[in-house]
Amino acid sequence: MNRRADMVELTVNGARVAVAADPARRLSEVLREDLGLRGTKVGCDAGDCGACTVRVDGAAVCACLMPFGQAVGRNVETVEGLGGERLSALQESFLRHGAAQCGICTPGMLMAAAVLLDAVAQPSRAQVEDALAGVLCRCTGYAAIVDAVVAVGQGAAGPVPEAGAAVGQRVERLDGRAKVTGAEAFGADAAPEGALVARAVRSPHFAARFSFGDLAGWAAARGVEVFTAADIEGINSFGVIPDFADQPALAEGEVRFRGEAVAVVAGEAEMMAALDLGDFPVSWVPLEAITDPGAAIGGRPVLPSRSQNVLVRGRVARGAPEAALAGAAVVAEAEVRTAFVEHAYIEPEAGVAWMEGDVLAIRACTQAPGMDRADVARVLGLPAERVRIIPSATGGGFGSKLDLSLQPLIGLVALKTGRACRMVYSRAESLQSTTKRHPARMTGRIGTDAAGRVTGMVFQGAFDTGPYASWGPTVANRVPVHASGPYLTPNYLAETVALHTNNPVCGAFRGFGVPQAALLQELLYDDLAGRLGMDRLAFRQVNALPEGGPSVCGQEMRGVGIGACLDALAPRWAEALGEVEAFNAGGGRSRRGIGVASCWYGCGNTALPNPSTIRIGITRDGRLRLHQGATDIGQGSNTVIAQIAADGLGVALSAIELIGPDTALTPDAGKTSASRQTVVTGKAALRAAEALRAAILGRTNKGPEARIAFGPGRVLVSDATGTAEIALAGLAEDARGYVLSVEESYDPPTLALDENGQGSPYAVYGYGAQMAEVEVDMELGTVKVTRITAAHDLGRVINPMLAEGQIAGGIAQGLGMALMEDYVPGRTENLHDYLIPTVGDMPEIVPILIEVPDPEGPLGAKGLGEHALIPTAPAILSAVRHASGARITRLPALPHRVLAAIRAPGQEAAK
Amino acid sequence: MYANEYLTGEAELAEYVRPRSLEEALAIAGRGAKPLAGCTDLFPATDRPALGGALLDLTGVEGLSGITRTDRGWRIGAVTRWAEVAGAALPPAFDGLRAAAREVGAIQIQNAGTVGGNLCNASPAADGVPPLLTLDARVELASAAGRREMALAEFVTGPRRTALAEGEILTAVIVPEPAGRGAFLKLGARSSLVISIVMAAGRIDVAGGRVAEAAFSVGACSPVAVRLPALEAALAGLPVAEAADRVEAGLVVPALSALSDLRAEAGYRAEASVVLIRRLVAGLTGGAA
Repeated sequence: MNRRADMVELTVNGARVAVAADPARRLSEVLREDLGLRGTKVGCDAGDCGACTVRVDGAAVCACLMPFGQAVGRNVETVEGLGGERLSALQESFLRHGAAQCGICTPGMLMAAAVLLDAVAQPSRAQVEDALAGVLCRCTGYAAIVDAVVAVGQGAAGPVPEAGAAVGQRVERLDGRAKVTGAEAFGADAAPEGALVARAVRSPHFAARFSFGDLAGWAAARGVEVFTAADIEGINSFGVIPDFADQPALAEGEVRFRGEAVAVVAGEAEMMAALDLGDFPVSWVPLEAITDPGAAIGGRPVLPSRSQNVLVRGRVARGAPEAALAGAAVVAEAEVRTAFVEHAYIEPEAGVAWMEGDVLAIRACTQAPGMDRADVARVLGLPAERVRIIPSATGGGFGSKLDLSLQPLIGLVALKTGRACRMVYSRAESLQSTTKRHPARMTGRIGTDAAGRVTGMVFQGAFDTGPYASWGPTVANRVPVHASGPYLTPNYLAETVALHTNNPVCGAFRGFGVPQAALLQELLYDDLAGRLGMDRLAFRQVNALPEGGPSVCGQEMRGVGIGACLDALAPRWAEALGEVEAFNAGGGRSRRGIGVASCWYGCGNTALPNPSTIRIGITRDGRLRLHQGATDIGQGSNTVIAQIAADGLGVALSAIELIGPDTALTPDAGKTSASRQTVVTGKAALRAAEALRAAILGRTNKGPEARIAFGPGRVLVSDATGTAEIALAGLAEDARGYVLSVEESYDPPTLALDENGQGSPYAVYGYGAQMAEVEVDMELGTVKVTRITAAHDLGRVINPMLAEGQIAGGIAQGLGMALMEDYVPGRTENLHDYLIPTVGDMPEIVPILIEVPDPEGPLGAKGLGEHALIPTAPAILSAVRHASGARITRLPALPHRVLAAIRAPGQEAAK
Repeated sequence: MYANEYLTGEAELAEYVRPRSLEEALAIAGRGAKPLAGCTDLFPATDRPALGGALLDLTGVEGLSGITRTDRGWRIGAVTRWAEVAGAALPPAFDGLRAAAREVGAIQIQNAGTVGGNLCNASPAADGVPPLLTLDARVELASAAGRREMALAEFVTGPRRTALAEGEILTAVIVPEPAGRGAFLKLGARSSLVISIVMAAGRIDVAGGRVAEAAFSVGACSPVAVRLPALEAALAGLPVAEAADRVEAGLVVPALSALSDLRAEAGYRAEASVVLIRRLVAGLTGGAA
C-alpha cells in the first residue's frame, strides 16, 4: 500500500531536518532507515522492551510506537545527540560502571536516564529504578546501570594500568565507547545501500506436511523472488554437532515445529515492508503433534531417522548407589519439572549477506563464527574458503546465537541473486524459531549417613529437546556429569535422555541443563538437612568437594573452591537467620526467609577437543595487533583477552589494537560458549603473548625482567642495563603485514569418558555459592527477592568489574527462571506475555570474588559466565521454603503455585 | 487447500489525516478511517514498519486532550495521556485512577497511551477501567450524526468489544463530582510492565466514622471489569473499623468469572481478588489487613 509521503520538517538532535516519509511508519523506522540514526535500537516493535526509547519534546517515548506523523514539527532527541566530541557525563558513567555489556539496551537506558537527570540532578536509587522500569536489559541484572545513573558526574575515569599490571584491574571495556554513543553496529545496523530485504514464511503448525502453489506467479505479481529448499544446492541440514546435524535451513515437505521456515521471500526494501505474507501460496496438512515429552517414546516419530524419538542418552555411574541409599540413615526423594525458558536477548536475529567476488560474506549476530562458516558452507554447497563470517556486534546471545538462524537464508539469497540481502527477525519470529532452554522432568534420591555425609545419589532426567538435535546431546551429557553439584558423592548414578517432540528446538542456554539439575539436587539437600536437623549451609559445607577429591566422574579435582565460597557466605547467613527470625516473630502477612545453593561447572567442551588460537603481530610502523577471534557478546572477552595478552607481553593495555573477529582476519578462537573464552582463548593469548615477548627479548638479549614499549617504527626494550631497540624497518614483512608475529593455540587437556562416564571431562572447573533473602506474601504467594550474596571462585580475577557484571546478569536470569519465565509456544510469542525481570524485580546483589587458583587455567583463572546463573533459582526457592514452607517442585514459581505449595499438606519449614 | 483466505485487495484508501478540529475528525471517521492516538495497542498488533489502512490521528484535535472541571464534574479528554492523569491535581477520589495511570506500562507508554485508547481497546486487563468504574464514569461519544453519552459499564461490552458505532469517536470521559478517596492495586508476576493477574480499584467516602459510600471493581477476572454491588451494599453504613473484616469471598467472587490462563489459575484469581479488595478497604478506612 502506498501512502503519500509529503516533505515535512522536525528537529532531530538540535538540527532541523526535512524528510518525506509515510506518516503511519514507526518513528523508529524513519530514524533508523531514512535518517541513518541507527543508535536507536529495535527489540520488540511493541513497547515491551524500551530499547527504542527516544525523547520527543523532552518526554521519553518508545519510537517503535509513535507514528512518524506525530513527530512532525517536534523536537526528537536520540542517543546520537547525547554527547558531542566528548562523551556526556552519563555516558562516561555507564562506561566506568560497566553498565553496558552487549550494549543493545544501552541507548534506550541512556535516553530514559537522561530524562530523569534533567528533572533530578542527583536521583536516588528508587527514582532511577522508576525511570528505567520501561527498558529491559538481559545482560547486566540492572545493578551496574542503576549505579551508573546514581553516580553521574561523580568519580574519575577508570584505571589505566601500567605495563604488565592489567590483570586484576577494573579496566573499562575496550569496546565500550561505541556502545554508549550508539555507534556500535549490531546485526540490523549496517547494510549496503539498496540491499534486498528477506522475510521468511513460517509454519503456523507444530507439525504438518506442506506443499506450495504457484510460487512463480505469486512472486511475479509482487515483484519479489521466492526461494525454497529446492534452491538449496548443498546438504540441507545443519547442526552445532556435526554428527547430529539434522535441521533443514528451509523445511522440505514437512514442518516439525511452529515457526519453522519453509520459504524465504526477497525483494526491494519498500516492496518487502508492505508485503502481505498472509496469502503466500502454501497449503498445510496438520499432523499429530508430539508436544508432551512424556508421550514421545512410542509416539509418532518426529524425525524418521530417530524412530523412538530418543535423540541421545547420557549416563554417569560410580560406586554402588542403590546399596548406598539402602544403607543410608536418611534418604530424600523428589520430582522437579521446569519450563521452556527463552533467552530473550534484546536484539532479535539480524544480519546481511553479500558477495565479495566468489566469496559469500555474512555479517550477522553470532556466538560462533567458525561453526557458522562450516554450516553455511555445508548447506549452500560451498567450500569453507568461499564463506566469510564477520560477526556483528551481538546484542545478547546466552547460547541461542551459537546455532544458525538467518545466515543460510540471507546467504542463499545473496548467492542466487548476486545482490546484498539483509534480514531482521521480528520478535515473534525470534521467539518462535530459535532455541530454548530444555524443559526438564527430573527425579532423584539422595542419602546420607547419620552425620549428614552424602553416601549416594540417583538421578533421572528427561529433557524435551524439540524436533532437531541442536545442543540436546550436550545437555544430555553435561547433566549427569554435574547433577551431584560440587559435593562429594561417592556412590552415584545419573541417567538422562533427550527426547524429540514438536515443541521448540531446545539448545544451549547458559548452563546446558545444569541449572535445571541443580534445582533438584539443592531441593533434596534442603530436605536432608531438615530431616537431620542440620543447618542448611552447614550441611553443604560438610559435603563440599574437597581439594583432590574425586568427582562423580572419578576425576581428581584440583583448585577446588566450593568450600571457600560456602565459607564466605557464613557471616551473612548467621546474621540473616537472626534478622529473619525477628521479622517473622512480628506476625503480619509477609514472611522472610533465606536460602543457599551452589554451583560447579566445567569450562569448555565435555571431553572433546576445544582449541582456541590467537595471533599477535607487530607492524613495521610499530603497531601491536591482537587478533582476537572470540566473539564478545557482552561478556567482555575483547577486554579480558587483551588484559591477559598485555600482561603476558609486558606492555601497556593501551598499546594493543584489537582485530576481529572475522573468519578472514582472525584465527579460530572457538565459540563463545561453555564459559570457555577466559580459560581457553585466554590461555592461547597468554601463550602467544609470552612467545612474542620471548622473541623480542631474544632479539635484544634482554633478561626476563625487561620492559617492552613501542615507538614509531621500533620496539624498545629496557632493563637496568639500558634500553635496546629493534628497528622494525629493517625486518621483512610477512603476508599479513607483520614484521614480528606469533600464533599460539591451546586445547584444554581432557580424558574421554568411558561407558560409565568415568574420565576427566574438563581441564578447569569454576565454583560458586549464592545465598538468597526473600519476602513472601502469605496471602498472595508473591515473592520479593531482597538480596543475593554471591560468592564465586574465579581462580584469578582478570577484571573485577566485568566479573561482577557476569554475576549480576546470571542472577537476573536465574531469578527470572525461578519466578516468572515460562515460554509456551503459540501463546507467549512476545515480551509482554513472556516475562523477564525488570529493574524493579532485582534484589541488592553482593558479589564476593574468591581466588582459588586453578593449576591449568591462565594465571590460575576459571570460567564464570554460566556459573553465576546456576545457584540462583535453587537458592531463591530454598529461601521461599524457609519463609513460607512452600516446597516448590514446578517452575516457574508463579504466585498461584507458591500459594498452593504453602497450603499443601505436610509442608515443613526448613531450618 | 490454501489456509490463507486473504486475497490481495484493491488499492486501499491510503489516508493518514491528523486534523485540528473535531468536526473535521468526525467527517473523516465517517469515511471509515480508523481512529488512533497513542498507538500503544495498534503498533504491537503488527510486525510491519507502518500501520496499514486509512487512519485518523486524533492527537492533534483541539479539545480532546486534558482534564477540566465542569459544572457536571470532571471531564477527561479521550486523548489525555496517562502521564497527565498520573500528574494531575485531582481530588482524592481519583487516587485510584492516578495509581492505575502509573501502572500502565512504564513511563514511555504513559507518555503515549491515552485514556480513550485504553477504553476503546477494551482489554479485560485494561488498567484504566476498574478505577473509572468506581468513579461512576460515563463516556461521551461523537459522530457526524451527533453526540451521545453512556455509562462506562455499558460502553465496554466484552473483550475487545465496545458500543462504538461505525464512524463514532470516544471524545471524553465524564466523572460526576466524586466523594471520598480512591485506591488501586495491581497483582502481576513482575514489578512493572506487566499484564495483571488481578487488579482491584476502590473508593470509599467516610462520614461520621462510617462508610457513607463504597465503590469497588475488579479487573482481569471477567471478560469486562465489574463493579461489586453486593460488597458495596454490605460495606455501606459500617463503622470504618469493621469494614475490612466484612470483606469476604461471598461478596466478591460471585460477581467474577475468572479464567485459568498462563498467568494464573481461576481459583487463585478469585481468592487474590478478595485479598486485594480487603487490602483496599483497609487502606481506605485507615486500618491494615
